[in-house]
Amino acid sequence: MAIEYLGLSGINGPMVVLEGVSGASYDEIVEMTVDGNKKKLGRIIEVYEDKAIIQVFEGTEGLGLKNVHTRLTGHPMELGVSEEMLGRTMNGVGTPIDSLGEIIPEKMLDVNGQPLNPVTREYPRNYIRTGISAIDGLMTLIRGQKLPIFSGNGLPHDQLAAQIVQQASLGEDSDEEFAIVFAAMGVKHDVAEFFRKTFEESGVSSHVAMFINQANDPVVERLITPKVALTLAEYLAFEKNMHILVILTDMTSFAEAMREVSSSKGEIPSRKGFPGYLYSELAALYERAGIVKGINGSVTQIPILTMPNDDITHPIPDLTGYITEGQIVLDRVLNGQSVYPPINVLPSLSRLMKDGIGEGFTRADHQAVANQLFSSYAKVGDARALASVIGEDELSPLDKKYLVFGREFERRFVGQNPRDNRDIIRTLTIGWELLGLLPREELDRIDTKILDEYYQPTTPEEGI
Amino acid sequence: MAKTGIIYGINGPIVYLKGDAGFTMNEMVYVGRENLVGEVIGLTSRGTTIQVYEETTGLKPGETVTGTGAPVSVTLAPGILTNIFDGIERPLSEIAKTSGAYINRGVSVDSLDTSRKWKTHMTVKKGDRVFGGTIIAEVPETPAIVHKVMVPPDKEGYVLSVAEDGEYTINDPLVTIQTMDGREEALTMTQKWPIRMARPTAKRFPASQPLITGQRILDTLFPLAKGGTAAIPGGFGTGKTMTQHQIAKWSDANIIIYIGCGERGNEMTQVLEEFSELIDPKTGNPLMDRTTLIANTSNMPVAAREASLYAGLTLAEYYRDMGYHVAIMADSTSRWAEALRELSGRLEEMPAEEGFPAYLASKLSAFYERAGMMQNLNGTEGSVTIIGAVSPQGGDFSEPVTQNTKRFVRCFWGLDKSLAYARHFPAISWLTSYSEYLNDLGPWYTEQVDKRFVDYRNRIVYLLSQESSLMEIVKLIGGDVLPDDQKLILEIAKVIRVGFLQQNAFHKDDTCVPMEKQFKMMEVILHLYKKSRSLISMGMPMSVLKEDPIFDKVIAIKYDVPNDRPDMFEDYKKQIDRFYDAVVERNA
Repeated sequence: MAIEYLGLSGINGPMVVLEGVSGASYDEIVEMTVDGNKKKLGRIIEVYEDKAIIQVFEGTEGLGLKNVHTRLTGHPMELGVSEEMLGRTMNGVGTPIDSLGEIIPEKMLDVNGQPLNPVTREYPRNYIRTGISAIDGLMTLIRGQKLPIFSGNGLPHDQLAAQIVQQASLGEDSDEEFAIVFAAMGVKHDVAEFFRKTFEESGVSSHVAMFINQANDPVVERLITPKVALTLAEYLAFEKNMHILVILTDMTSFAEAMREVSSSKGEIPSRKGFPGYLYSELAALYERAGIVKGINGSVTQIPILTMPNDDITHPIPDLTGYITEGQIVLDRVLNGQSVYPPINVLPSLSRLMKDGIGEGFTRADHQAVANQLFSSYAKVGDARALASVIGEDELSPLDKKYLVFGREFERRFVGQNPRDNRDIIRTLTIGWELLGLLPREELDRIDTKILDEYYQPTTPEEGI
Repeated sequence: MAKTGIIYGINGPIVYLKGDAGFTMNEMVYVGRENLVGEVIGLTSRGTTIQVYEETTGLKPGETVTGTGAPVSVTLAPGILTNIFDGIERPLSEIAKTSGAYINRGVSVDSLDTSRKWKTHMTVKKGDRVFGGTIIAEVPETPAIVHKVMVPPDKEGYVLSVAEDGEYTINDPLVTIQTMDGREEALTMTQKWPIRMARPTAKRFPASQPLITGQRILDTLFPLAKGGTAAIPGGFGTGKTMTQHQIAKWSDANIIIYIGCGERGNEMTQVLEEFSELIDPKTGNPLMDRTTLIANTSNMPVAAREASLYAGLTLAEYYRDMGYHVAIMADSTSRWAEALRELSGRLEEMPAEEGFPAYLASKLSAFYERAGMMQNLNGTEGSVTIIGAVSPQGGDFSEPVTQNTKRFVRCFWGLDKSLAYARHFPAISWLTSYSEYLNDLGPWYTEQVDKRFVDYRNRIVYLLSQESSLMEIVKLIGGDVLPDDQKLILEIAKVIRVGFLQQNAFHKDDTCVPMEKQFKMMEVILHLYKKSRSLISMGMPMSVLKEDPIFDKVIAIKYDVPNDRPDMFEDYKKQIDRFYDAVVERNA
């Protein structure tokens, strides 16, 4: 029986100070019993000779200097993982909350994980079809990739994530196991409910493990939720050979929880009050996506974050963009025009796309079409800016063509019915139809040979 | 007997000891039962501060810290090339063998393979006087690179005995010398060198040769000298890593040290895979044969990230001492600066701008000043070129890392978000970028490429800057109202942008373009401009000129003319002349 320490010597926000301890180790998990019955978990975040500073996951409400018994567990935060967790709902630290009983762990794993050795990684190359033209065509999702959705409050990022989950397929002939790990950090009750319902309706819920930390749950718990979820994901992927899609929402709440805890620790802030190690902490999560050589499973991440005030230069989206392998950016103006999904393709990107598309994966002309659509759509912006100054009528015939192209691109390529599951050939065909609106000599990103094969001048559809 | 101390407190990667354990500043220490690697970063009579290069989870106060008596150093010997190391020179492939897919803590592996036997050819004989830097043996390290075994910089003496040519491990004695104070000392292939100390050289040369990268916008517009320093700042997705990959692949440096500092794991895997397959056109060997990777991915411990840049730099200096031209890709120096900030925060130092420590600028300048074209101690010439990526927060170049870097580098390749959005790659902005090496390198271009090269380059830049000021007007009133000579400038600038500056890294010819072709491309573009201008001055409207496909043909030169067919350019000039004659005839 381990020693229990009675009482605390200080409480400050989510942090408590315990004095007179011996044998405490850095990053160790402690169990606290309040008033003899309520249990809380804490983590040692600083330790000195006989003093430990502990961060309490479930919040410090109800804690007093005298009514707490603290027990050292002797190990860092661990999660008991099991295949049984698929189909279950857990709270932010991995305890079941769906009243379906305890989960018998197959293994205990340190939730902090360990960095994957770059030598043992396998470079991701297999594309995941999402059935969404803008993503498949222009920012292809690759198995083992981390591709976040940059969104804003009120934009349909949840709907988009749910649609990706429903439609994502590894290819027609694949019989590989596919499962979803869903982690919600500080989300509204309705959002958690939306995902639960969507998973149920589409019949995938037996393949989903949900970790839910709601907006009114303790802030510190939020810091551990994604780690817990990714630990399960890694276990299922690398020990059970499954292909795991991890949805993390909302990373903004995670980062804000970190800021809150950091400031109560009295740390020196860097930008907008966020701690200097925000990058390292985000990286430690995102880098847990990937494929390991010789193992059949994979971890693919789709983190969702809401950009505060739609500002892409805010530290959270900014640092995320530096770590992840691309981003899908949602746009309020497009959303206002009822374009669904409202993906602003210009700042969106998939870094792994180039190696997972083209001949043998999708179709030989894919990269060229994508480049040309990006490049032509960028010119639409110039034409629109000019039109807003001198009026549409005064534009040159070419600029007018660009305006038409831009409108059609947003309507037919980016926009699609939420139930429309397009295959890649359909996506590319629409791409060519749109490029046909422009004169051939404007298509400077496509090889002459490919143009000869696919280019056909088209006219805009009537009745817009 | 090694000195030891007892841990008093732990805060992330920072560990405190009470009292003075007798360690020295920057000494390497082993921390705790698991022997985590650490470095002494603060000493007072009351306590010692140590930064630990591995995760400190599970460490307890009361555990022992053991000194090694030496500063944090790298091991220098054959076996460095083709390898991939972590931030403190531990080989990741060996770590994978002992601890599997993940990187465990406290792994103790030799930096270099000590059992491998290298074919060795001795280059000194008995009685020779040797100095620091004298080459005592040659080892073919890879098919591309001969490793020159040198006397460590701080040793000199007379050779007493020399081993026969043969096969030796890196720890076998090769030469015995009598030092100046009469002691005998055996030399092996191995030397150790502290990472934070520059290796000594005899003399620094001014920049005189360019580092040819095969990238048109770099070689022609903003050249970098061998031994120079360059920064590539850009927001995410603008192509910093891509540009560095291209330079690592195609530049004419002998050796590439690629430091992945706080970046993505998949990127390092990609470099590893791609470079093993790609063939260096100059030597016919895999590119990996001249490359060393240092990987401290963003989820690896932050203190080792701070050390990784110095480790890479020291390896580079070692190969420079052999007489090689070495280029360092540091991706990204912002992550390194953030590691500094994080450690500084943990030490509760007074922050300067945006939480960065006040010594950021001096650390950056000390880093970049280790670059240079040098005469080595052994008389050979070698260079270390540093190309550092900068990841400014929010893509805002006014932040402290970009601004301080700008002060210490002479070549600035600013990446532009709007170019990247339009998928114009490399997205290096021709308006904000600059190179201070232009004047230094002018004579080289005049001699080695063509005497008109610098003139042509300046005319291209002038056309681009004219385009940029004309675009201000076009944005307000549209392009149609411009006079024809200005329309021509826009048209030619488009040819330059699309046909010359844009470069396709995935096209077999376009990915790396020799200087001769770069020059000829400029020549053809300027020829087209000259002829078109004289048509315009004869009163031909731009719309008539544009009926001819010649503009598109010139744009497509980059794809249509193979790199080894410079003779085809004559034909393009003739086509331009014919276009001129045809337009004159039709409209006369």
